[in-house]
Amino acid sequence: MRSIEDLLQEIPTFAGLEPQWLELIAGCGLNRTFAPGEHLAREGDPADTFFVIRHGRVALEIGAPGAGDLMIETLGEGAVVGWSWLFPPHRWSFDARAVEQVRAIVFDGACLRGKCDDDKGLGYELMRRFAAVMLDRLQATRLQLLDVYGKPVAG
Amino acid sequence: MANRSPAETDPTASAVASPGAARAPMTPRPFRVLARRQETADTWTLTLEPADGAPAPRFEPGQFNMLYAFGVGEAPISISGDPDADGPLEHTVRAVGPVSTAICRAEPGTELGLRGPFGSSWPLAAAAGRHVVIVAGGLGLAPVRPALLAALARRESLAGLVLLCGGRSPGELLYADQMVGWGQDPRLELGVTVDAAERGWSGHVGVVTTLIGAAPFDPARAVAFVVGPEVMMRFTAQALLDRGVDPADIHLSLERNMKCAVTQCGRCQFGPTFACREGPVMSLAAIGRFFGVREL
Repeated sequence: MRSIEDLLQEIPTFAGLEPQWLELIAGCGLNRTFAPGEHLAREGDPADTFFVIRHGRVALEIGAPGAGDLMIETLGEGAVVGWSWLFPPHRWSFDARAVEQVRAIVFDGACLRGKCDDDKGLGYELMRRFAAVMLDRLQATRLQLLDVYGKPVAG
Repeated sequence: MANRSPAETDPTASAVASPGAARAPMTPRPFRVLARRQETADTWTLTLEPADGAPAPRFEPGQFNMLYAFGVGEAPISISGDPDADGPLEHTVRAVGPVSTAICRAEPGTELGLRGPFGSSWPLAAAAGRHVVIVAGGLGLAPVRPALLAALARRESLAGLVLLCGGRSPGELLYADQMVGWGQDPRLELGVTVDAAERGWSGHVGVVTTLIGAAPFDPARAVAFVVGPEVMMRFTAQALLDRGVDPADIHLSLERNMKCAVTQCGRCQFGPTFACREGPVMSLAAIGRFFGVREL
């Protein structure tokens, strides 16, 4: 069975990290399986964890009164789910639900925050990499907001 | 151009000479609506046969016709049917203005005018032995559907075939029944994503560019056909470039306001080209310097 450290090297967000940092990060993680429909996180709950999807798909959802749960994004293999663990007040902004059976690595965010405080180099590198994830998601969200499919040229 | 199709800058992908277009390019030929199928809330697929009893014109995947709603006006509409099938022509039309609305409302038996086919085509012949990656957004699936059907018919000559579709919501995806079949077809790798969905949707949610990174194709051997709103095509082209696809192998279908379709009116001029003649399918290498230029 492969170690979490080995698995992390194949995840784009963690690939190429110094071996000692990978070891520190892996020390805060454990493997877990989620059944279809099971929640990885709930909006408003304390964000003490984040996830790396190894297999399956996770939906980020938000409840809208009268409209039910709206899926705003799905994330697949290799994706990071959650960055609220990095920023106060450390609360989830959305629900995260397994669309199908999901195998993920669950990380203890509070544990990792402590390690980042102790090792500023690790903290900077993780912040830089999570900022890249956030930038990608922000750009994708902007495209979604453009509603490009809804405004054809009249003719 | 409202519901139209693509052009081609690839000089090897020449436009098909249409007998009708060659004889009287500005004179519509009467066609009769055989069938009308609703695709989404505002989009219909019409099956048209010549009213004069002569055969329907042959076309190449990616070409378009000018459809005339008599007494209302004319609009460029992509041909969305199977290019290998003899017989009636299919057009998928979204009701967005007076002309396209009149065409969408045409019941079986109604006569419409038709000029064409016009424009260039997707370079399928150049795709032999390669991975064909089709990226379609919204109504863009209609102009590229003939290429997909032709590619499926020639699948053994291709290294791979990928279709990535993006839409606004699950209810606004075209060809829903056929999409189910494509999802089960081992010859095709299908990815479908929508901008927003309610719980119960089992596909992806997010912009279509997010599917490109993990799509199963070799960028060094890929030829990409991209069609959709121009913003979507711009970001898709960048994602394909980031993946390593050569600009000369990225083909786009330009959305332009075609009026005459025979380069006389200049309405579809795009830099030094006309979308109705060099286009609508053009390669990124050919038009990249104009792509994204505002007011062009």
